[in-house]
Amino acid sequence: MAFDRPEPSETALTPVADPTTAPAAAIRLDRVSKLFGRFAALKGVELEVRPGELLAVLGPSGSGKTTLLRLVAGLEFPDEGRILFGDDDVTLTKASDRRVGFVFQQYALFKHMTVAKNVAFGLDVRRKDKPSRKDRDARVAELLKLVELGDLGKRFPLQLSGGQRQRVALARALAVSPRVLLLDEPFGALDATVRKSLRRELRRIHDATQVTTVFITHDQEEALELSDRVVVLNEGRIEQIGTPDEILNAPATAFVAGFVGQSNAFHGEVRAEVFRAEGMTLPAPGLADGPAEAFVRADQWALSSGKGLEVKVLRVPPSAGLLRVEVEDPHGRPLEAALLRAEGVAKPAVGDKIRLRATGGRVFPSP
Amino acid sequence: MVSLAPDARLTGSAPARRWTRSFRRRTAVPGFGLTMGITLTVLCLVVLIPLSSVAIKAAGMGWSDFAQAAFSRRAINAYKLSFGASLIGAVINGVFGALTAWALVRYKFPGRMLLNGLVDLPFALPTAVAGIALAALYAPNGLIGGVLAKVGVKAAYNYTGVVIALTFIGLPFVVRTLEPVLRELSADVEEASATLGATGLQTVVRVIAPALLPAWLTGFALAFARGVGEYGSVIFIAGNMPFKTEIAPLLITMQLEQFDYASASAIAVVMLLASFALLLLINAIQAWSRRHEG
Amino acid sequence: MVDATLSAPRVGRDPAWVKGLILTLVVGFIVLFLVAPLAMVFAGALSKGAAPFLMALGQPDSLSAIRLTLIVAAIAVPFNAVFGISAAWAIAKHRFPGKAFLITLIDLPFSVSPVVAGLIYVLVFGLQGWFGNWLSDHDIKIVFAVPGIILATIFVTFPFVARELIPLMQAQGTDEEEAAATLGAGGLQTFWRVTTPNIRWGLLYGVLLSNARAMGEFGAVSVVSGHIRGLTNTMPLHVEILYNEYDFVGAFSVAALLCLLAIVTLVLKAVLETLEPEASRHGL
Repeated sequence: MAFDRPEPSETALTPVADPTTAPAAAIRLDRVSKLFGRFAALKGVELEVRPGELLAVLGPSGSGKTTLLRLVAGLEFPDEGRILFGDDDVTLTKASDRRVGFVFQQYALFKHMTVAKNVAFGLDVRRKDKPSRKDRDARVAELLKLVELGDLGKRFPLQLSGGQRQRVALARALAVSPRVLLLDEPFGALDATVRKSLRRELRRIHDATQVTTVFITHDQEEALELSDRVVVLNEGRIEQIGTPDEILNAPATAFVAGFVGQSNAFHGEVRAEVFRAEGMTLPAPGLADGPAEAFVRADQWALSSGKGLEVKVLRVPPSAGLLRVEVEDPHGRPLEAALLRAEGVAKPAVGDKIRLRATGGRVFPSP
Repeated sequence: MVSLAPDARLTGSAPARRWTRSFRRRTAVPGFGLTMGITLTVLCLVVLIPLSSVAIKAAGMGWSDFAQAAFSRRAINAYKLSFGASLIGAVINGVFGALTAWALVRYKFPGRMLLNGLVDLPFALPTAVAGIALAALYAPNGLIGGVLAKVGVKAAYNYTGVVIALTFIGLPFVVRTLEPVLRELSADVEEASATLGATGLQTVVRVIAPALLPAWLTGFALAFARGVGEYGSVIFIAGNMPFKTEIAPLLITMQLEQFDYASASAIAVVMLLASFALLLLINAIQAWSRRHEG
Repeated sequence: MVDATLSAPRVGRDPAWVKGLILTLVVGFIVLFLVAPLAMVFAGALSKGAAPFLMALGQPDSLSAIRLTLIVAAIAVPFNAVFGISAAWAIAKHRFPGKAFLITLIDLPFSVSPVVAGLIYVLVFGLQGWFGNWLSDHDIKIVFAVPGIILATIFVTFPFVARELIPLMQAQGTDEEEAAATLGAGGLQTFWRVTTPNIRWGLLYGVLLSNARAMGEFGAVSVVSGHIRGLTNTMPLHVEILYNEYDFVGAFSVAALLCLLAIVTLVLKAVLETLEPEASRHGL
């Protein structure tokens, strides 16, 4: 594999970061704010992207994630703050001089060019250090092989499937040996099966090239499964930065807890570091007395023989492993619970009233 | 099937009924027979049969008479003028039409709506009106012609006058064929080009221009084709000197005035063939522009 | 605070000098070729004041030219509207072989020189033409008379409505008509209640353009008219006669009237263009 070791020459896909000597951050956003008219898309965002990592930016639509990506690419410019690539301040550098690889949501392939020409474009427009024809063609072939489109170089983009276009866009972005690869909702336009396989592809290609990668998504499953670290963005502010595990199991804010992991929210009260609501209790260490909000994921429920949240069973879909039940609480609010099948416990039937106890969950003081 | 009745009546045959049945299986929408009947009947009576009259008239002449009428020195000079001046007019419109489309799509400026409306003026303004207005303006005693005369340029009653009229008449074509394509060209593509390191000029030359080329060629060919057949706007500013500033359509009317219908038909056949060739060319450009999509 | 927009222009935004240069060239070109002729017509019409302008329009010959132009348009435009709707219905709502060829045939009059368009009717209906003897035996005049003018006008405006409606109706597909059919609507009911509301702006657009051309046609009408004053002179032909007689005020006065027609057409066209996307959105 040509990407296993770093090469200073142009033909290397990307200079591989050596974790021991590399600077702390490949990209740094220093108190970056962006306004569109009176709408603040980003509000003082602080972010460091580590060299060689695969970072997901997760957030609902309108949270500012596309703006963040476009600022890094140089397609928008911040109203406040600085953007650094390593030690270079690129805040005012044009997109064409930043050497980023950007994969657009709709791919933005050049329709009148063949796949090979698309991939070669970034090399062809180079004004200095323009590779020779032979080097260029070799590199295009290498990249097409990397994205497993080796024999489609002569096709035109409109003759390809959605997944194939995505790969072309990826190869084209990688061709310029980008300092960072940026992907805008990379799987948004694809159907579910292609999505899954391309997710694995992206991980493989990232591991092969070791290029620092930032992708944005509104799909938490995608973010948690694929990335090294996740940034959760909401209303132009960063709510949490952490590993997928941290995001899932130790959400830092009520927003993250509510957004990630199909959680259900409960409003109740904390008394003596215990949260109580509707017959359920949760430990709330360190929290002051007062109104609070608890978030419990589907997999954090267990059948209770004593106290607990009383629910009515609506449906018991067949499933392997965990026992999934769809229930509704006394207010008619639907919940889903994935229960461990315990020995000697009867499977609940539709219409049964059962009690659930929370085995985990996060409690936050009400705002 | 009620809708079949008029069709069967019009063509009066059973195969026609089978024909409609076998080909329109895939729609439940009624009225095919009636509307198709009207369409074909009117098309034949108004367009096809009358058009065939020139071909039949010319065919009746015999080859040598035909060649003598269609390729006389006077006719050749008329073709040269009609085609040459149309070509120059189309080139001028190719340049300025592209700039106009660019300005209309990409810039916001006061009067943009007015400019946009004005572009269609040559479609809406009767050609005779355009003709006398251009003649009065560009004649040596006219407002613009006077200025040009001072620097030694004669802009009316000569070749230049014909070019001016044909530029006017072809103006909307390039603008209107380019505009939608330019508008549809997504911002993504330009941004992609920029992130790959291309300068603004490189993006225009390598990404935007190739995407616009088919539409530009179509507009160019349409403007050219329109110019070749144009009559009303040209005759007032052309001078109409046989062998010099006489356009081909004018020559046809000259032959008609002398009741020489055969010669008129011969020239008309040449012009029709030229328009059909241009029509084919335009279709070929369209097909070529869709070559990447299959 | 960093003023980023000044130092680093956004992608897709041209530098100010490029924009300035292009706008100067475009405006110059448009003024020279479009605004100046338009202004010239009104300046010529009013060069001796309003009275000669109105007098020129009040001349019996002018009035009869206006009347004939209106009559011709009143026949040719509805004729082509009916044809256009029929053709669009047959072509856009049904499948059959040779569709592209049929569309090409309908578009044919656009690529025929107006003079040739006049010539073909002279060849068919003229004295030396196919039906010449029969027509003169029955004392029917088509060429060098009003019917010839109407025929030639129909020819040159033939494709307008059809070419406007075919793509529109194709884009709308047949779902709504099929839905109407499953709900028990007959053909005419479907057309009036389902199709017409969807195509009315496009239809109006086609009618508008064909009307402008019908009233302004010169070459084809010139060949078939015979230029008989007060009888077979339409407004554009009358402009030519007055101009050739060096009655410039008269010529530009009638021309100014035609100019107004063009301006009204362009304004209505702009209005329809803003209405049409609206209409299609409601159509969903």
